Amino acid sequence: MNRVTGLLSKRQFNIESISVGRTETDGVSKMTFVVDVEDERKLEQFSKQLNKQIDVIKVSDITDKQIVARELAMIKVLTTPQQRGELQAIIEPFRATVIDVSKESMTVQITGNSDKVDAMIELLRPYGLKELARTGLTAFTRGQQLHQTEVKPYSILN
Amino acid sequence: MRASTEPKPAEGKQQTIKTGADLLVEALIEQKVETIFGYPGGAVLPIYDALYRADGSFDHVLPRHEQGGIHAAEGYARVSRKPGVVIGTSGPGATNLITGIADAMMDSLPLVIFTGQVAKNVIGTDAFQESDVMGITTPITKHNYQVQDLEELPRIVNEAFHIAATGRPGPVVVDIPKDISATVFERDVKNEFHLPGYQPTVRPNPLQINKLREALIGARKPVVLTGAGILHAGGTEALKSFVSNYDLPVTSTLLGLGAFPGDHHRFLGMAGMHGTYAANMSLYECDLLINIGGRFDDRLTGNLQHFAPNARIAHIDIDPAEIGKNVPTEIPIVSDAKKALDKLNELEPATLDHAEWVEKLESNKQNYPLWHNESEDVILPQYLLRKVHQLTDGEAVVTTDVGQHQMWAAQYYTFNRPDRWVTSGGLGTMGFGFPAAIGAQIADKDSTVVAIVGDGGFQMTMQEMSLLQERGLPVKIIIVNNQALGMVRQWQEKFYDKRYSHSIIDTQPDFVKMAEAYGLHGYKMESIQEIDRELGGILNSDKPAVIDCRVVQQENVYPMIAPGKGSHEMIGVSKP
Ligand SMILES: Cc1ncc(C[n+]2csc(CCOP(=O)(O)OP(=O)(O)O)c2C)c(N)n1
Ligand SMILES: [Mg+2]
Repeated sequence: MNRVTGLLSKRQFNIESISVGRTETDGVSKMTFVVDVEDERKLEQFSKQLNKQIDVIKVSDITDKQIVARELAMIKVLTTPQQRGELQAIIEPFRATVIDVSKESMTVQITGNSDKVDAMIELLRPYGLKELARTGLTAFTRGQQLHQTEVKPYSILN
Repeated sequence: MRASTEPKPAEGKQQTIKTGADLLVEALIEQKVETIFGYPGGAVLPIYDALYRADGSFDHVLPRHEQGGIHAAEGYARVSRKPGVVIGTSGPGATNLITGIADAMMDSLPLVIFTGQVAKNVIGTDAFQESDVMGITTPITKHNYQVQDLEELPRIVNEAFHIAATGRPGPVVVDIPKDISATVFERDVKNEFHLPGYQPTVRPNPLQINKLREALIGARKPVVLTGAGILHAGGTEALKSFVSNYDLPVTSTLLGLGAFPGDHHRFLGMAGMHGTYAANMSLYECDLLINIGGRFDDRLTGNLQHFAPNARIAHIDIDPAEIGKNVPTEIPIVSDAKKALDKLNELEPATLDHAEWVEKLESNKQNYPLWHNESEDVILPQYLLRKVHQLTDGEAVVTTDVGQHQMWAAQYYTFNRPDRWVTSGGLGTMGFGFPAAIGAQIADKDSTVVAIVGDGGFQMTMQEMSLLQERGLPVKIIIVNNQALGMVRQWQEKFYDKRYSHSIIDTQPDFVKMAEAYGLHGYKMESIQEIDRELGGILNSDKPAVIDCRVVQQENVYPMIAPGKGSHEMIGVSKP
């Protein structure tokens, strides 16, 4: 974990988010990165540098794959008791839930892809965001890939 | 355990009890380690106690500074092509090793470094001599471990040796908390390992090999660039066959010198910042560049925009991450260099249509050879290096420090054989050259080992003269003494209007007396007459020697690709 994050900053990659967690296999964890890369070459370096780490078992670039991706965000919004109903109405279509309420604030939890989370945060922002925490994206490729375009022509691992 | 059968002054019962440190010693014996470069201290006391019990199993080399020890281990590894083994204590012992670890990482040298660590229950409390070795060494190691449990120690040691020496070699650190090396245990523990994330590709993809051959056949201006990967792979013979199968011109990186015979008629000399005109122009003008085991370092390529602008690039490297990193590559071949060359050599040789090109390179080589000033009396450093080459028949193991003398050694000491050249390329570590020579001499007892050092760099690790004294190792130290941090001075002369800021050092120790203080023979030479008369005898004696050669201060290394320039924009190509 330290190896990987240290490596990315040493090689000057721009990381938007990282999420880590255990998997179905003991001793194996999965890390999901959202990275900002300028071009294919930089992307290739990124995955090669990760692959080079002894403890990294597999690297897949799922940018152009069909994926299910989720992150979780908790948002503490300033609210007067009168505004609570209004906020409920805003978050409902996002299937977000209220997990804590106090006199001047309430905390909302949302899961979804990053666009959905962004959208809800923007709607809540005018009320005043007291605290905001996001886990970063984690993702799977879908069981079935509809349009398989991804066979990289320059792949050099044999 | 294979403890010495001789009774030790320590209590006899220690012979039957095994500690974590004994496990370590057993694992080292299993790895056929012969030499250990180590320095004791609190956190490695249990390990040193186990070494005491295992007396006779290893040659333990005690440097006078951990940095000297690890550079010696690097020299040992480079010449023997076996992992260098290093032990240091926690805290300052470990931090003194850092420069050597970083150096080995940059130059792909296999090292296994054991550092002591404070006991597990105080890790993280800023305990006495605690330092975060894992944190510090993560970016400068191929891999690192902190042993968490006695049971995993033998497995980790085996993994560490495997990782250090296979694939692209590199340093591996094993940090061992003191309580683990001191723990007594009874059971046998497993040492097999399985590394699902580490499966280096060592065999080339045959399709890519065919592609390279096709590219070769279509090429009019091909050139081969040799890197240290060929040396690590032991690929010199395969390379010679490959080159002769297609009659190819060859140039080399700094670290690749010796991979191909320097006196071969198709060898163009070293390329890069201080490479020959013929070599750099071949890179600039070629239409097919075959890089075998080099990493397109910036000191080789110069400004990337002007690097091999018209060439198709083929790159053979065992580390896929090196391919395409700096230079877009059309024919990538992930492989051990020797295995790739062997595969290429299985294909039918071909006569290329490249007569014009070869002729042009030949005329560049004739018309723009390396040049230097001449003198009747004072010593020109280039003259000195040529003389060293001549007096050792080009057969010595040559180690260098970093600076002008290093470049002159690379230019004028022509290597015809592999594994004779030990220099700090990637990190450019002053203080490397002399201790590396000690390691080289330990690895190769019969060869003449010459350490070419600057007056600046030698003073960074010269305390290791103690090792020559102690062991009678016949290393010859040649101080190319320009009373300056010459390479810095040269850059200040060229690029900072001769503002010699802190690069001229006129206060120096008396190196002859210094040598004598360590019980060694010291010589001072100030004229070419003295060199001609005495140097041969000294170099061919079986005694260590320190030779302080006073050379002309203001000499510059030429030719040169100035920073930011392309390989076709060399300065100082011909004598003014
Ligand atoms: C540890 C370290 N510090 C600083 C440098 C920067 N540096 C590169 S060459 C050089 C001058 C070396 O002087 P000397 O050893 O006398 O060799 P010369 O260039 O004179 O042959 C310096 C200071 C370095 N490479 N390594
Ligand atoms: Mg000097």
